[in-house]
Amino acid sequence: MEFFGLTLPSYGWETVLGSAVSGVFLGAIYALVALGLTLIYGVLHIINFAHGALLMLGMYGVFFLWKLAGIDPYLAMLIVVPGGFALGYLLQRFVIGKASHGRDEIILLVTLGLSIVIENGALFFFSATERSVLVPYDLDGIDLGVTYAVWPEIAALAGSLAITGALWLFMMRTDTGRAIRAVARERRGAQLVGINVDHIFAVTFGLGTAIVAAAASLLAPTYPVHPQIGNLFVLIAFTVVVLGGMGSFVGALVGGFLIGITEQLGRLYMGESLGVITVSVIFILVLLLRPTGLFGQRSGQG
Amino acid sequence: MLELRELHAGYGQMKVLHGVSLHVGEGEIVALLGSNGAGKSTLNNNISGIFRPTAGEILFDGADIAGLPPQAVVELGIVQVPEGRRIFPNLNVRENLELGSYRRARSRRGANLDHVLTVFPRLGERIDQIAGTLSGGEQQMLAIGRAMMAEPRLLILDEPSLGLSPLMVEEMFELICRLNREGLAIFLVEQNVVQSLEIADRAYVMENGLVTLDGPASALLADPELKKSYLGL
Repeated sequence: MEFFGLTLPSYGWETVLGSAVSGVFLGAIYALVALGLTLIYGVLHIINFAHGALLMLGMYGVFFLWKLAGIDPYLAMLIVVPGGFALGYLLQRFVIGKASHGRDEIILLVTLGLSIVIENGALFFFSATERSVLVPYDLDGIDLGVTYAVWPEIAALAGSLAITGALWLFMMRTDTGRAIRAVARERRGAQLVGINVDHIFAVTFGLGTAIVAAAASLLAPTYPVHPQIGNLFVLIAFTVVVLGGMGSFVGALVGGFLIGITEQLGRLYMGESLGVITVSVIFILVLLLRPTGLFGQRSGQG
Repeated sequence: MLELRELHAGYGQMKVLHGVSLHVGEGEIVALLGSNGAGKSTLNNNISGIFRPTAGEILFDGADIAGLPPQAVVELGIVQVPEGRRIFPNLNVRENLELGSYRRARSRRGANLDHVLTVFPRLGERIDQIAGTLSGGEQQMLAIGRAMMAEPRLLILDEPSLGLSPLMVEEMFELICRLNREGLAIFLVEQNVVQSLEIADRAYVMENGLVTLDGPASALLADPELKKSYLGL
């Protein structure tokens, strides 16, 4: 097979399918990171540049809970997820919201500044050394025939689906969820039924951060943590959000899987370094051909 | 019940209200009339806490509520149906109505929902429909129904007849009378002068951020100056 002058190797269908399946597992994590990003975008109409830094912080949280207290990284979710919610709530309510005076372009810069502070703080306190959470079960798993799925991969997929489902139920069934959806499209109307918009913004930011903290737990057994780890995932999550449609939950999930599969197939055919650019190519193609994404509405909604 | 004293308000450097004083008593329908740009919506949004007045007092049951956040104003029982309706277009009819009791009367949500649906059977027929796809008249019903869900003590209606067919306007004014008979005080902001005066107890006329005329609705209806400027008679 030839592709722009490159000779691509040809593989049997089992190898290709195996690659695609591991793309699904990888994509589940991308979907989860993208879900927090798209939730915040859909309601506050801002791109949260601090999302990657918060993911990294979550991973350090999981790492130190394991290292210092011997807590299993999955069990650590019970601590880092509420912790992430509290941190996100407080950041939005008392830092981002206050500093931006309601102007979207300032919010953008505030979140960017926040990410720089968090990343450099991590460099200062934790150094640039890569640190790994070691679990005894990271190489065990299930033989799927075309590929071998290890428990951390299966947990990532199950966790992502469960969290997306739980978020959807929360948004549809609870008063707070409905208030979030109401604020996303009609802030004035929300104020006039007595919804405290500042509180709802902070709850949304808290939820986005809680979700990314859950992603941190799911990532910890397979990815070593270092101060720049967030950037890797957030760049891809941006692509997922644009591909799926800004503000769409289904879009984040489907987009995550598509990007994960594309990346793995790209790696298979073009090698580690060249394979990753397939994701960037998708990003540019989507912007050119369908800027609203696969599931996007013209005015992004939750 | 509600009393504004020398209310001044605006947006940044632009002053819109230059000392407005008026009051609404228990069980009254009070109309505020005036053309576009007279400052009527600015007045409502200062009462509702969306904006903070620059000077003056807003008294509700004798307490100054000027500068309270919108959710605190709703909690007191002052609920506004805004100009342009401001329903939640991405939520269905039921969700819109249920959010009406987000801050107030949440424990009586079920009973109030039943009540709203008997007043507006059409909303019952469309209970699962996405609100953004309703007709203009239905959206206005939804906006009023949503406000009723909070069991308001004072209902502020900002141009409820705007964009409705003549038949719907007729129905709207009948509904306002009905809500008033149920004991609700109503502050009706309208450009529809004659129909408003026919149902109101008292009325104020506002021009360029000032009240220029006020009195019992029947007297205003007979006022030669008002007839000249608003009715072209």
